[in-house]
Amino acid sequence: MNIPLWLDALIAALLLIGAVVATLGSVGLARMPDFYMRLHGPTKASTLGVGCTMLGSLLYFSAAGKGISVQEVLITVFLFVTAPVSAHVMARAALHRRVACSAHTRHPPWPEMDHPPETPSPATRGDARHAPPSTPGEVSDTP
Amino acid sequence: MIAAILPLALLLFSVSLLLNLYRLLRGPDLTDRILGLDTLNINAIAVIVLAGIYMDTTIIFEAAMLIALMGFVGTVAMTKYLVRGDVIE
Repeated sequence: MNIPLWLDALIAALLLIGAVVATLGSVGLARMPDFYMRLHGPTKASTLGVGCTMLGSLLYFSAAGKGISVQEVLITVFLFVTAPVSAHVMARAALHRRVACSAHTRHPPWPEMDHPPETPSPATRGDARHAPPSTPGEVSDTP
Repeated sequence: MIAAILPLALLLFSVSLLLNLYRLLRGPDLTDRILGLDTLNINAIAVIVLAGIYMDTTIIFEAAMLIALMGFVGTVAMTKYLVRGDVIE
């Protein structure tokens, strides 16, 4: 097949950007301290990364003369529709189960929310343990 | 240029699949495992699409579409089981 050079470069750039962004989302999934932060990485970054990959594939197969396949468009649309829905139901299930949040969370949904055992540094962990449980009214810099 | 980029993109997606598998196996709570499984599904779709470009065929995209459908239904069913205690009431 004969793909022009600019289209070749565009498809390669889309595939590379998609792979890098999806990997960043997965690194966020593996490295973030608590569940509510972990939810951000895959549900936004990975969706954008896979969307870029799908767009590159769409351009490749339409430039290669095979036409636009129905499955690709369907996968893209379905992915962009269902990613926010699954993120929402997962966050709701976590709040229902009272999954622990980080000690640095500004406005916890309830005051006695417990914290995960692995907090980033020992100093902040000791402060968070010995400090009295803060209520949302005590935070001074609330808007 | 695409032929040079494709192995790199497949390598990056393989790394992200391994990271998702780490979160799926280790996750401290059940919701972490559900999130890891959902991300594993989404990244598997991208790997299948890249394999389709690599093999220059669009036949295997139907498998990707099935994984997308079943992954979403599975995520919603598992979270509904966690919240309501039952999948179909």
